[in-house]
Amino acid sequence: MQVHRDRILIKKSEQIWIEDNRHWLGWVETFRILLVFLRQQLVYNYKKVWELDPGDVLGCAQMLIFFMFMSSDATVELTLTAPNSRGRKEIIGPTEPLSTTVNTHGKLHVANTSNKPSEEVEEEESGDTFELNIAVTNPEKMGDGMNAYMTYKVSTQTTLPAFRSKTFSVRRRFSDFLGLYEKLSVKYNLMGCIIPPPPQKSVVGMTKVKVGKEDPSSAEFVEKRRAALERYLQRVVSHPALLQDSDVQEFLEREELPRAVNTQALSGSGFLKMINKASDAVNKMTIKMNESDNWFESKLQEVENEEQLLRRLHASVDSLVNHRKELCSNTAMFAKSVAMLGSSEENSALSRALSQLAEVEDKLEQLHQEQAFSDFFTLTELLADYLRLLGAVRGCFEQRMKAWQRWQEAQSTLQKKREAEAKLLWSNKPDKLQQAKEDITEWEAKVGQCERDFERISSTLRKEVHRFEKEKCRDFKHHIVKYLESLLRSQHRLVKCWEAFLPEAKAIV
Amino acid sequence: MIKLIVQLSSPSLLRSVSVDLNNDSSLLIDIPDALCERDKVKFTVHTKTTLNSFQKPDFSVSRQHEDFIWLHDTLVETEEYAGLIIPPAPPKPDFESPREKMHKLGEGEATMTKEEYTKMKQELEAEYLAVFKKTVQVHEIFLQRLSSHPNLSKDRNFQIFLEYDQDLSVRRKNAKEMFGGFFKNMVKSADEVLISGIKDVDEFFEQEKTFLLDYFSKIKDSTAKAEKMTRSHKNVADDYIHISATLNSIAADDNTALKQHLEKFAELLEKLRKVEGRVASDQELKLTELLRYYMRDIQAAKDLLYRRARALADYENSNKALDKARLKSKDVAQAEENQKQCLLKFDKLSESGKKELTSFKGRRVVAFRKNLIEMAELEIKHAKQCVILHSTCIDLMDSSFIFAVVQVRGRR
Repeated sequence: MQVHRDRILIKKSEQIWIEDNRHWLGWVETFRILLVFLRQQLVYNYKKVWELDPGDVLGCAQMLIFFMFMSSDATVELTLTAPNSRGRKEIIGPTEPLSTTVNTHGKLHVANTSNKPSEEVEEEESGDTFELNIAVTNPEKMGDGMNAYMTYKVSTQTTLPAFRSKTFSVRRRFSDFLGLYEKLSVKYNLMGCIIPPPPQKSVVGMTKVKVGKEDPSSAEFVEKRRAALERYLQRVVSHPALLQDSDVQEFLEREELPRAVNTQALSGSGFLKMINKASDAVNKMTIKMNESDNWFESKLQEVENEEQLLRRLHASVDSLVNHRKELCSNTAMFAKSVAMLGSSEENSALSRALSQLAEVEDKLEQLHQEQAFSDFFTLTELLADYLRLLGAVRGCFEQRMKAWQRWQEAQSTLQKKREAEAKLLWSNKPDKLQQAKEDITEWEAKVGQCERDFERISSTLRKEVHRFEKEKCRDFKHHIVKYLESLLRSQHRLVKCWEAFLPEAKAIV
Repeated sequence: MIKLIVQLSSPSLLRSVSVDLNNDSSLLIDIPDALCERDKVKFTVHTKTTLNSFQKPDFSVSRQHEDFIWLHDTLVETEEYAGLIIPPAPPKPDFESPREKMHKLGEGEATMTKEEYTKMKQELEAEYLAVFKKTVQVHEIFLQRLSSHPNLSKDRNFQIFLEYDQDLSVRRKNAKEMFGGFFKNMVKSADEVLISGIKDVDEFFEQEKTFLLDYFSKIKDSTAKAEKMTRSHKNVADDYIHISATLNSIAADDNTALKQHLEKFAELLEKLRKVEGRVASDQELKLTELLRYYMRDIQAAKDLLYRRARALADYENSNKALDKARLKSKDVAQAEENQKQCLLKFDKLSESGKKELTSFKGRRVVAFRKNLIEMAELEIKHAKQCVILHSTCIDLMDSSFIFAVVQVRGRR
């Protein structure tokens, strides 16, 4: 596989070189042929250079003109093949050669296939002929004091042939997950893919864990983080393009990963990121995009509205969780107090009934606690995840806007160059004219490039958004049903508790 | 402020705390309706009687909360009834909690949608109504207990209370009386400490004393905890409103298949919160009210014990005075008379006290039984209703996307 990759890489470098230099390659060819011809003339006619007569030169000129035509065709041909080779480059670039054989291995499809122009093919539900199950378990604390960190066991079960074995597991720490996200976002941001964002850093939570307090809140924090990491990984592998990615596979398989230092809060890259974010925010305010496709504008509006509503829902569900926790603790206190009351009651039947009531309330407290957990993990975390995902979607839209901006800038630069050339023509400076012409062709190429980038990002974004919406639908339905089932279960148990209590109450004399 | 006129159509439903009322049809009292103006609540007390001591067989008067307090205090201060457990005075109508909530709701109006706001407002109005009904019930029970007591129902002040056409215009306690009342309370609490230390001669009273003192502290604690519990229950029910409203707005914007699921979920939550609200209020009514009422009742029983102990102390003092008088051989007859009086009083107190306390015990057990059974039954009913709601919702949702769920399971 390594050899194959190298060969493809070589081809790639060649092709890039050809593309970048095609504008003057034609000329080189021409001159080469001209020289060959001159040599021919000289050799066959046994003449010396200074003995060339105009007839020969004319003959050469003829041949030159002929070959010029030939070579211009060649340049045209090169440009015709460019999109294809470009497409191939896209696939090859960030991913493994696996993708070139994509159509033979299962029915996976890569997000950007310029070989398949029909959109419907991408819309189909990919018949998953592979399986990949990921679980994040066993959080363990390593190290000591302020340098302590938690590692999690990431176990994978798969039938994908890309991996070395069917089941394997590695230990990863939180910064590894963040590092994975960084790598993926660098690669895929410009393509318009929606990368699932990882769970957030939490200095407070981690410090508590580091300090070593064994209280339930730090255990809860670790559990919350573990579940969030599991969901994150599951989202990453459910994205067909990301699954193919070498970084992801490496993350799942490799024993020891190099420590991702650029995810630390107080690092150089951290500051860089902050500066970038600030400049992005300023840009957003100043660019006004001339939207040619209404779909994107309406979609963005939808996404923003949804984000707002989800935020409100998240706040409401959060308060529900808090109130239920409150109810839980109040019920516990009440249970204790009723138990004491029952013990001091003189009527024995009533005393028994009261202590039964205390037990019932105790069970209710447990019930409420479990219900609060279910509320939290099923609903609240789902909503928080989707808030972050919607943020990522918005980020993709912004990337598209940036691509458009680059295109516009390239166009304006081209315009300026053209104007400069026109000025030069007018002021008659032939030496600078050459430079200007070269600039123009260069910028024309760039404009073409940017336009293609923009188109590509737009189409990818469209597909990604559709896929995202379907995933979201599925996710929400699944979680709502799960939540309802948990509510149902707790109500069943409630009924049982009270039905057990009723005969005791009736037995009071 | 809100002006509410409440028609209480079925008073028997509300009368949950005490059971042995209105057995005697010679004097039937109830509060058929009440008016709430600002802070004042005006109760319409309606009496139906066959007794001759009343001028008319059927009449109604309008009374305020302060009138009830006046009646209670007068009865407490009457020497004759020292040996009886005077039913505890009804607590002041407290609209503080719903009023605060209404205030908060008004402040947060801008952040909520129209439907959410109307629902919250409805919820608050229901709460207000519940507080109102409760206070009416408590006042009614007070009167009914008085009327069912063989001695107290014949009290002249009670009759005035029921009959007097005009406004009683109970004089507010002036400063001196307030101070006097305060002083009396101090003495009472000092007594409590003293008396709880002294061991009573009579076995029955000794037992009762220890039991009541202990029980009182425990029941006070339980009442407070129960109140907190029902309040958090109410909060949970209120949260469902917010969630349901937000889900509705999300569903309105959504165009995918998720829309109908969100709508069904929102609907379920709406129904759920009504049930949860009812659970909370039932719990409040049966459990918390029960505990609260008996806390006050036990306080009244304790008061009886203190009065008896006070009488005992008086008796002992009079004995000492008699001895001193005999020593000084001056005013002996007076001291003897005094002593005899005290002894009589003490005996009377002990006798009626015994009767009262025994009947109180029985009453308490019966009331507890009734309320606990009712509460359990209601909880079961509500939980079963919830189960039905949940399963129908799950069925509705499941039927439309079993396929999707299978897909999900396949992927995960």
